[in-house]
Amino acid sequence: MINAYRAVLTLRFREVLQYRAAAWAGVFTQVVFGFIILMALKAFYGSSEAAPPLGVTQLIAYIWLGQAMFSLMPWNVDRDVQAMIRTGAVAYELARPIDTYSLWFCRTMGWRLAAVSLRALPLLVLVGLVFPWVGMSAWALPGPASWASLLAFVAAIVVAVLLAVTITMLMHVVMLWTLDAEGITRVAPAIVMLGAGMIIPLPLFPDAVQPLLAALPFRGLLDVPVRLYSGHIPVAEAAGHLALGLAWVVALVVLGRWMMARGLRQVVVQGG
Amino acid sequence: MAHIVVDELCKSFRIARRRVGLTGALVSVLRREHQQIDALAGVSFEIERGELVGYIGPNGAGKSTTVKVLAGILVPSSGRCEVDGRVPWRQRVAHVRHIGVVFGQRTQLWWDLPVIESFELLRDIYRVPTAVYRRMRDELVATLDLEPLLDVPVRQLSLGQRMRCDLAAALLHEPGVLFLDEPTIGLDAASKVAVRAFIRKINAERGVTVILTTHDMDDIEALCTRVMVIGNGNVLCDGTLEELRRRVTRERHLIVDLAEADGWCGDTSLGEVIEHEGGRVRLAFDPQTTPPAELIARVTARHAVRDLFVENPPIEQVISRLYEGVGA
Repeated sequence: MINAYRAVLTLRFREVLQYRAAAWAGVFTQVVFGFIILMALKAFYGSSEAAPPLGVTQLIAYIWLGQAMFSLMPWNVDRDVQAMIRTGAVAYELARPIDTYSLWFCRTMGWRLAAVSLRALPLLVLVGLVFPWVGMSAWALPGPASWASLLAFVAAIVVAVLLAVTITMLMHVVMLWTLDAEGITRVAPAIVMLGAGMIIPLPLFPDAVQPLLAALPFRGLLDVPVRLYSGHIPVAEAAGHLALGLAWVVALVVLGRWMMARGLRQVVVQGG
Repeated sequence: MAHIVVDELCKSFRIARRRVGLTGALVSVLRREHQQIDALAGVSFEIERGELVGYIGPNGAGKSTTVKVLAGILVPSSGRCEVDGRVPWRQRVAHVRHIGVVFGQRTQLWWDLPVIESFELLRDIYRVPTAVYRRMRDELVATLDLEPLLDVPVRQLSLGQRMRCDLAAALLHEPGVLFLDEPTIGLDAASKVAVRAFIRKINAERGVTVILTTHDMDDIEALCTRVMVIGNGNVLCDGTLEELRRRVTRERHLIVDLAEADGWCGDTSLGEVIEHEGGRVRLAFDPQTTPPAELIARVTARHAVRDLFVENPPIEQVISRLYEGVGA
């Protein structure tokens, strides 16, 4: 059984890896976006007297790591899953001697991991190694605060991947009713990108909304790992953040499974 | 006990009724009206192990719904259904391990990957022991002539090639039952013949029970010893093709090729002329009231005949008359 799940994950991973041109275009987009956000925020920093809640080095790490993890964010759906639901090929998935939620979970994870690897690896090489080498050190990705921070960052990335997959799974399950991703892929980006810190780093939000941001699952996608990396969250506090993230993962799996069971019971299976 | 038992199976769907026009659409936004559709209204049949059954009916008759219930994909509204003693929707995982499905209009193969990768994934999903998998794969590859296709990404396959691969994919785990939902749809003549030959072979040699839904009557004539006709959610007719024919019409056709193109006498006592093209005349007659020998004698007495033969009405006509009978 484990073989099957691993096979689905790696198959989907390899399938997505074929889209190399899209990946290069993505890297370019992410670099441009990174520069725009960095320049805007640096300008704000320059015009402010008060000490910013996020230092400039930490800010740069936040933005570049954020851009690298862009494709991990659960703001869109797997087009293959959407096609399956729309055409009724989902019938095949239900005719397999395997739990459909787990099957799609692995497939979604393979897709997300491939998509993020394709963009993150070239981008990190560019901003981490090439930038200092060509004399752009002021814009380059700084190293982690410490070895312990790096370790905490890696652990937080694992949680971020699980969160991204469980949230994407909710979107996939909703399609069992809506049959289409149009609505959900319009609502999701606004919430996910803002809540994760992709648009504006979360420490720069007003104090009033901080408790809300801290309670939601989205910050585990980006804010927690990158601040652990830069040491903005001390390593000592890592365990608490990771535990909260994992609690969300469990809750989202339970919710996703429950919704899927209901969704499949009422599914009409389109066509013919 | 029979391999497949279906007893008084019902399935209704609730669908939102759409109103016509812009005002209708606006009203629908505010107030939804629902309508109940009875896709299956008490379907019953039994199928023995190793049977090859054609399951036919007009579009929307409930064919695919039955197949989906039998495959454990849909939960029926009421009624009983057992395959191999298992209730498909209740023991879904145990049930689907022993069945194979092919939906002709969709593929179960991974679009962007070589065919062999999908086969290996199915091996893992069904937990087929390596030795069994190798044997089945080699056998299927040989019978369906898949060797040159295994390393080709699925998106590059023609429809006929893809269907052969889909059939193989449905059989890798040695299922005892195979559900084929329109397996020849859209295929060219050669591919259809290949698919039919394969279905006949696995049924005969491996004893796989096959349920085949189709709109192609050639599939039925070539393959099925038993035909079930469904319409309006009910089984209208269940028996051999011959029984089906007899039930709908006793009519037979006498085809006469005249020596002279316009030499037909026009005498209606000889029977009803249903086709008259050039020198060829097609007469419909009832063999119980008009023995064929007598009719032939009367025709040849009055005409110079080059050739003549007796034939059953085409199965398409028989079926469409049956459909008309239920207003489907």
